[in-house]
Parts: sequence; C-alpha cells; structure tokens
Amino acid sequence: MDLRLDGLSVVTDGKSLVRDLSLEVGSGQVVGLVGPNGSGKSTALRCVYRALRPSSGTVWVGEQQLSCLTMRRSAQVIAAMTQDGAVDLDFTVEEVIALGRAPHLQGNQALSRRERELCERAMDRLDIRHLARRGVLTLSGGERQRVLLARALVQEPKILVLDEPTNHLDVRHQVELLSLLRGSGLTVLVVLHDLNLAAAACDRLGVLCEGRLVTTGTPEDVLTTELVDEVFGVKASIVSHPLTGDPQLLYSLNPSP
Amino acid sequence: MKGRLASRKGLVLACAVLSVVLLASVVSAIGLGAAVIAPEETARYLWAAVSGGRISADEVTTYQIIWQIRTPRVLLAALVGAGLSAIGVAIQAMVRNALADPFVLGVSSGASVGAVGVTVTGGLAALGIYAVSAGAFIGALVASLLVYVASADRGALSPLRLVLTGVAMSLGFQAVMSLIIYFAPDSEATSMVLYWTMGSFGAANWGALPVVSVVVIVGLVVLYRYGRALDVLALGDETAASLGISPDRHRKALLVLASLVTGVMVAVSGAIAFVGLVMPHLVRMVVGATHARVLAVAPLTGAIFMVWVDLVSRTLVAPRELPLGVITALVGVPVFITLMRRKGYMFGGR
Repeated sequence: MDLRLDGLSVVTDGKSLVRDLSLEVGSGQVVGLVGPNGSGKSTALRCVYRALRPSSGTVWVGEQQLSCLTMRRSAQVIAAMTQDGAVDLDFTVEEVIALGRAPHLQGNQALSRRERELCERAMDRLDIRHLARRGVLTLSGGERQRVLLARALVQEPKILVLDEPTNHLDVRHQVELLSLLRGSGLTVLVVLHDLNLAAAACDRLGVLCEGRLVTTGTPEDVLTTELVDEVFGVKASIVSHPLTGDPQLLYSLNPSP
Repeated sequence: MKGRLASRKGLVLACAVLSVVLLASVVSAIGLGAAVIAPEETARYLWAAVSGGRISADEVTTYQIIWQIRTPRVLLAALVGAGLSAIGVAIQAMVRNALADPFVLGVSSGASVGAVGVTVTGGLAALGIYAVSAGAFIGALVASLLVYVASADRGALSPLRLVLTGVAMSLGFQAVMSLIIYFAPDSEATSMVLYWTMGSFGAANWGALPVVSVVVIVGLVVLYRYGRALDVLALGDETAASLGISPDRHRKALLVLASLVTGVMVAVSGAIAFVGLVMPHLVRMVVGATHARVLAVAPLTGAIFMVWVDLVSRTLVAPRELPLGVITALVGVPVFITLMRRKGYMFGGR
C-alpha cells in the first residue's frame, strides 16, 4: 500500500513547522527523510501516525484519506516507532509487544494462538526473546528500541513509519534493524540522522530544511557535496561504497582556528 | 519477573479467594462492634432480613443494630474501598503520575467547600438530610470542572498540567473553606471539616446505598472494560495515537468518570486518603502492570482493607470514632514502604 503526503503543512503557535510538503512512498519502498535538527522531519511523521493533525494538506493511504479513517482503522494499517518511548508502568517486554495487537482486538479480548506466535516471531527477529519476562523499565536504550520495533511489527501494518529508529543501537543492531526494514516488504517512511545509513537503507531520500522539501530522489542523485554543504553546512567528500555502490559521505572536521 | 499471579488461571483463583475473604470480612465486621454477635448469628439475621424470615421479639434490638446500622455501614465501606482503589488506578493512568490519587483533581477539597458551605448557609434545605451530601457532590463536580477548564490548552489535556492545576486548585479550595469557617466560627463547621478531610462512615444509612452502589459498580465495570486502552495510554501519547487510541479523548472520558464516581463517594464518606494512592501500587507489585488484571484485583483488596479499617475506626476507642484517614495511613504506610523496598518496584524512571 502506498503512502502519499500531499501539500502537508503544520503551523503551531504561529510557527510553520512543515510547509507544503508533498512526498510519495511507493508500495514496498523504503523512503528516508533526512535534514538538520528542527527541519520538520518528526512533525511530518507525527501527521502520518496521527499524533498530530496537519493544518492543511492531506495524507493519502492507498486510495483513502487518512483523516477519513477512524484512529483504530488507521492503526491497523500504519504502525509507528516513535521517539517518545518512555513507558510509565513496569510492563514486561512480552506485555508491551502484545499491546501491538490493540488495534485489532476488542476491549480486553485475549490474544489468539496465532497472535501469540506472531509476538514470539517478532521477538526472535529482533533478538529479544531472552528479555520476554523482563520489565521494560529495566532495559537499556537499545534493547527498548528493539522492543518498540517488535511491537510495531506485531501490529501487522502495511505501512511503517519510524522516527530515528537507530538511536541508542550499537552498530550491529543498527545494521540488522535497517536490513530488517529493507527485507520486510512494508512501505516504510523513516527519519534517519546518519546519512550513510540512510543512503544504504533507502530507495529514495527526501531532504527537509526549515520545513520544506528541498529535494527528493535516489541517494545517488540527492547526496551531493553541494547539497550537503547547503542543507547541513558541512563539507563532505562523497565516495561510492566499494561493494554496494551506495554513496557514502566522508566528513572532515573544521580546521582548528 | 512477576509471580505466579501473572497467569490467567492464577488471577481468576486470586479473585475467587479475595471475594470469599471479602464476604467473610463483611459478615464478621457486621457482627463486631460494641455488641459482639457471632458470625453464624449475624448470617442468620442477614438471611432473615434478605429473605423476609421471622425473628423473635427479644431479638429485635440486635436485628436493628445489625440491619439498620451496621450492614449499610459495612457495605458502604466495601463499596468506597473498591471505588477509591479502582479510581486511583484510573487517575494514575490518566495523569501519568505515580503520586496521583482520586483527590488529585481537587475533588475532596471541592466537596469540603460544598459541604461546609451548605452547613453554614443552610442551603439546599429542600433535600433534607441529603443536603450536605448533595452540597459535597456539587462541590466535587464544580472543582473537577474548574480544574478541567483551567488546565485545558486549546481543548487538549496535558497530564502534567492537569496534576499541577489540580494541586493548585485544591490549595485554593482549602483556603476558601478556611475562610468560610473563619467567618462562621461555630463548632459544628469545624468538626465538619475533620469529617470531610479525614473521612467517616458514621453517617451511613440505607438511603444513600443504592446510588453509591450503582455509580461505583458501573464505574468499576466501565474501567475494567477499558483496561487495554489504559495500558496503551501508559505507553505515552505518541504511541497511543499510533495504536489507535486518542489520548485526549480517553483522558477526557476518564476525567468525567473519575469525577462522578469520586464525587459520589466523597459525598457519603468524606475524603479517605491513602487508599486510592497506594492500593494501585500494592496490587501492581503483585499482579504486574496490566490494567485489566490490576482492575480485577484492586477493588477487592480495597474493599477488604476498607471494611477492616472502618471496624478499627469504630471499635478501637469506642464509643468515639477514629477518623478513617488516620488508620489508612498508619496501617498503609509501613506496609507500602516495606513492599516497595522488597520488590524493587518501579513506576516511570528508576
């Protein structure tokens, strides 16, 4: 199922956070949103998982407008891994993952056998089976990120949006998480800070700056020395990855004054 | 790691055992007091009352103590204990704060102002003996409404603003109450304040019971049905939205439900501190955080606890009565601290 943002704008307290953003994520594609801090990436994502109502513009999910779906219905189609991963109560890891089924269940209805197996598979995929009975409040940041992604997968969405999912993860788990996204077959919209990981993981990139989409295209097209300098204010040399051919950035620190 | 109670079977068994304990506690507490009546005798009188059976003439006094005085009182204690515990769970989920209790939204101080106001001015006289309770109920609802209006930001309720506004408003209501008492310095108003701020079941009668039981039981059932929604809310607003639960809409519904149920309870028993704050934590330590489980167990333990607290209140220094809030805190605090240290209990951060 494809996801389209059409002329999306968000204005809060007179400040324009996202301006006229249009972006298309084709079915099964992985599209990355990159940009400096405060460029509106997370705000745009929040409109997709319905934590925020856009001031104008439309989010299209397949042939339907997101705003015409109930929240429950859209949660059956779109899952999110958010920045706000703080949990109040000491749920166990398996309890949190099972809550991913909430949009599919009525009230306190118990999980079916299939759903319990789904949860176990998700734990295996993210290498957290051994944590199943641990309290989530005792986990490290990286472990918690994996739990949150497992919960999003258990939701069985068609579309997955992720806000900096590689935060707190060690290198191995960063690579595994992004490989998992690529192999998931889901339509993925992901905010990433690391441009090299973004270039390796995404089919297309959208570059945001001050709420506007500066450019969009394949990583090769988008990640140029000029653009990185213009948008991020950083001098980078761009080389081609010796194995995959993805563009990779090499940074040099500013010369000392 | 959670104990054996985490399984579904364990939970059903626990609820069954607790229900039996509750029933036994109610019957014992009805039998105990200035005149001690054996449990089997108590049961016989209760059966006679319920089934319309006969009792002999020399038993009428005992029967009246049991049926007219103690039974409504003990039942009220059980209902209020159950209600406070469950509403405590709901409020803690609603404002996402471990320190929240049913009175955090200013309900108790609002009720006090209402009750004292009615007593001093003689208002609502048309309601007869229910005037003070009605005043307390209205005061509680007005307080919640004010807290809601003052904390809503463009129609949205932020948990922290809600708590802060509630605490600030409570202090304001207490000041208003002090002011009323200051200008109406008769002893009745002063003792009323003690009643409304510490709680008592001394005024219990059959008249108030139907309303309280309907409101509390409906409240418990509704909350239980929203167990999973409360779980999702505890994962944070962003996550809740992504799981199809509108945090704002649920918070508003919870606010209305909690205000109504707490308002009714405060109107008949005053503000009994501590139970609604601590019982949710105690139950979570044993059964885990999942709300459907907590909301199945907490009302039962709360009811049992309150029945015994009320018994101590009316027997320990009889014929005087100790305020309930004194006993709930004196008993509850050491238990709570001990359990919290032993279990490594966590709510939010570490």
